[in-house]
Amino acid sequence: MFCTPFQQIASMHQPALRSVSVALAGSGGAGVMTAGNVLLEAAAIAGYYGLMTRTSGPQIRGGEAAAMLRVATFPTDGQDDGFQVLAAIDWQNVTRFAAEIPLGPSSLILGDPAAGAPPELFLKTGARYAPVPLKALAAQVAGGWPNMIALGVLAGVMGLSIESLDAAVRKSLKKNVDAGLGAAHLGFSQAAAIGGFQLEPPPPRGERWLVSGNEAAGYGALRGGVRFVAAYPITPATELLEYLSPALTKIGGTLVQAEDELASINMALGASYGGVPSLTATSGPGLSLMIESLGLGVAAEVPVVVVDVMRTGPSTGIATKSEQGDLNIALYGLHGDAPHIVVAPNSVGDCLSATQWAVELAESLQVPAIVLSDQYFGQARAIVDALHAETSTVERLRASAPEGDGAAPYKRYAITPSGVSPMAIPGRPGITYTADGLEHNERGLPSSQAADHLAQMDKRARKISQLDPGDAWASIEGQGDVALLTFGSCTAPAREALARAHAEGVDVRLVSLRLLAPAQPERLKRALEGVKRVIVLEQNHSGQFLRHLRSEYDLPREVKSLRRPGPLPFRPEEIYKEIIQP
Amino acid sequence: MNASTAAAPLQAKDFKSDYKPVWCPGCGDYSVLVAITKAFAALSLKPENVAVVSGIGCSSRIPAYTNCYGFHGVHGRSLPAATGLKIARPELTVIVASGDGDGYSIGGNHFLHACRRNVDLTYIVMDNHVYGMTKGQPSPTTEPDWTSKLAPAGTGVREFHPLVIALASGANFIARAFSGDPNGCAHTIAEAVRHPGFSFVEILSPCVTFRPDQRGWKDVVHPAPVPETDDPGRAARRLMTDDGFNIGILYRGARPPYHPKGQAEQRHVAELEAEFRL
Amino acid sequence: MTKYEDFMAQAYAMEIEANERYLQFAEQLETHNNPEVSKLFRKLADIEALHAKQILARMKWASLPAMPPPFAGDAEGPETAPFESVHYLMQPYHALEIALRCELRAQKFFEEFAAAAETADVRAAAKEMADEEAEHAELIRAWMKKVPKPAAGWDEDPDPPRMTE
Repeated sequence: MFCTPFQQIASMHQPALRSVSVALAGSGGAGVMTAGNVLLEAAAIAGYYGLMTRTSGPQIRGGEAAAMLRVATFPTDGQDDGFQVLAAIDWQNVTRFAAEIPLGPSSLILGDPAAGAPPELFLKTGARYAPVPLKALAAQVAGGWPNMIALGVLAGVMGLSIESLDAAVRKSLKKNVDAGLGAAHLGFSQAAAIGGFQLEPPPPRGERWLVSGNEAAGYGALRGGVRFVAAYPITPATELLEYLSPALTKIGGTLVQAEDELASINMALGASYGGVPSLTATSGPGLSLMIESLGLGVAAEVPVVVVDVMRTGPSTGIATKSEQGDLNIALYGLHGDAPHIVVAPNSVGDCLSATQWAVELAESLQVPAIVLSDQYFGQARAIVDALHAETSTVERLRASAPEGDGAAPYKRYAITPSGVSPMAIPGRPGITYTADGLEHNERGLPSSQAADHLAQMDKRARKISQLDPGDAWASIEGQGDVALLTFGSCTAPAREALARAHAEGVDVRLVSLRLLAPAQPERLKRALEGVKRVIVLEQNHSGQFLRHLRSEYDLPREVKSLRRPGPLPFRPEEIYKEIIQP
Repeated sequence: MNASTAAAPLQAKDFKSDYKPVWCPGCGDYSVLVAITKAFAALSLKPENVAVVSGIGCSSRIPAYTNCYGFHGVHGRSLPAATGLKIARPELTVIVASGDGDGYSIGGNHFLHACRRNVDLTYIVMDNHVYGMTKGQPSPTTEPDWTSKLAPAGTGVREFHPLVIALASGANFIARAFSGDPNGCAHTIAEAVRHPGFSFVEILSPCVTFRPDQRGWKDVVHPAPVPETDDPGRAARRLMTDDGFNIGILYRGARPPYHPKGQAEQRHVAELEAEFRL
Repeated sequence: MTKYEDFMAQAYAMEIEANERYLQFAEQLETHNNPEVSKLFRKLADIEALHAKQILARMKWASLPAMPPPFAGDAEGPETAPFESVHYLMQPYHALEIALRCELRAQKFFEEFAAAAETADVRAAAKEMADEEAEHAELIRAWMKKVPKPAAGWDEDPDPPRMTE
């Protein structure tokens, strides 16, 4: 196993915990995701933060699956080092998840004895096994289900109140509410005998949201002004589209399901050419197909946003699991010199801000922008402090009709100091032009002249290089001469490792890059002032982020690469250990 | 300029740009360009309300030769770009220009789905049975025994039948025209633009450089011997027995054009926060 | 409009269409670096424009009266050369051959029109037009004698076509 054995750190936890993690596993039909969602809702009602991620087998129906929850007194987007509780409605193939659900001697295994004993793989961690007759208990409630029994038990062993459980069941269940309540109550009543964990009291209440990274990205896009979306279904980006489809209808926009990703990106480009801010969402295989047309967006200067919810690659890879392996293609995949924008959200909530920012950058610079989210953020549902998004005021620079007869012909690609030229929108008379992927002159007419090519290359590069991202380019936290350098979903465990180090009196800095292209070498230089050692953290096999940093940035002499491919997320403890290494 | 001349209807030449075509002298596409501009004039359109969208190839050079808004995109993807534009800006007249390589080969999948989707577009394919811009390779409509450097013994592969495919996929208007008759082309294009939904106009447009034999097309094209039909069954029979040189409107369907599903509301985007709030 | 005016309007439209086609050819040949033939097509275009102007003067029209739509599925006018007529290596002789064919077609068209005309004024005008076209054809024949006749293989190009995209 890659990660630190959980038993070594489990003992660090105090009797009242700041965070409790539970996994609920079972085969298709067991309803583990439904129960998990209700449990997360109960934690939210009780006033806690938390998040739920999921893992599943390859089957469409009937496969094994696990809902993985973490409930905490502090905002978190990351998983803990291990799980306090593994509950299983049955044990069919659950061992496949063993690496994703680390247990230790202080962990608790809950299972229905009627489904057999827990697999040895779990028992040998030293975790305590407490049998709970889920099926038999469910049979005592008319219409009762074992997953609702498990829900009650888990709420009990985590130390959530019966009131919050009750309210969550009422809020979440669409049907059979009484049966659900009865079963959940019965399960809850079993917890005292089993014994469990005590969460610290919840923090003071503020307005909170329950949102997935995919939903947050979708909402951020709409806040940014996106009103046209074309996309082709792909795991794990589909939920983003399923969020956007009805949402767009409510606000006067449109979503089109395209025949493939080649069509999606070109539909988005066509709509954007028509003046409507446009977006598509996909994952690695789809991004690969879109690359040629992203180059068209660069050359013809048509804004468009692509959200890439990364999954493991290459090829089909592991479609349901997370990896940060698309960094190379997002940064360098386009043929020719094609300056564009790449941003990466570094929390579930930041999926909103980063995507909204990407729309603003794309629109204001008339360029494609790629948002590198991933399956971990995309499909995680998190309880977060309310995200106070404002509607973007950034607008595309539009051309207006020339005044008077004999005005000079409109130059769509006029050379300007900023590199951005006023864009004519179809419908406006007197400034018609052809948007072209062929190299062109200022008027947009095809040109094979070296001077035109150079002038347009300079212009397109200039508008990107002159971008001033302000403080948004990175999240910088902490002090010290050791720095964690990362992006995207690796930021969550990095933040927790940082907090752990600070609690131990160790100073450490975190720089999580949100703007990956264009590179910001001067800013990083300032952010790393005084740093002697950097730990570059990323979830891919070859160290794509490190290679990018090495090519674009000056790094301190001592560089440690902490990387592995998906799908196992980094655990805070393994990062912490790297920090405190002499 | 006085009021009366300002209001004068636009003529075909008012839809032409001052940018000169690179097509070989003698090319059928010159005629198609004239036909398109004549159709625009006959439809009393204004250049700013028309968008001409294309992919890559000789025929796809057309947008910049018009005075309308143009979009010259990547190879094979003109239909998706046009679809996005028309759905986002339904008030525009959107014309798509393509060729047999761009439209039937690399863009073949989009052709099927554009027919099926039935967005109100006019799709003009200039078919010369050859790739011109890459120097004369066989295209999907090339005869199996036509020899070239890339296929010295011919492809041995039967031709694609775009009109049959269009009908089977749901196109709402299917016509064939011949570039040797620019006015006939203009008439057909105008009818295609007028007809709601996805209108497909295949224009036989000889390539004088790589297919000089196509100069003979003027002697073999002939008006379709039967009038147009709105019955897909009859149209299917007719198209399956088509000799490839029937000219005219062959099918005019009555399928309602694509309209995004769902009642478009105009609520403020901030209202969407409600569903996330705990 | 009377039938006579209709006829003259149609004749005018024919001249304008022929003029526009020659201008298109002139532009094509210019783009393809054949200035000699391009210039010749411009000359031919000017001649057709002059004919059109003469019709306006004769009818005392300031500009063309209201016309039927520019097409109704009709073929192009008899004096209009088809797009496929030209070649980038063509020589002046070829351009004149094209012009001669057009004039002869126009002559035949007006003769047939005169024969079928229902009114005397139309018949007379059509006859006059036919005579004029015949005269033009003669002028072009004379012109052709002054330019060299292309040698065999005039359209051979030692280099293959280029790939442009």
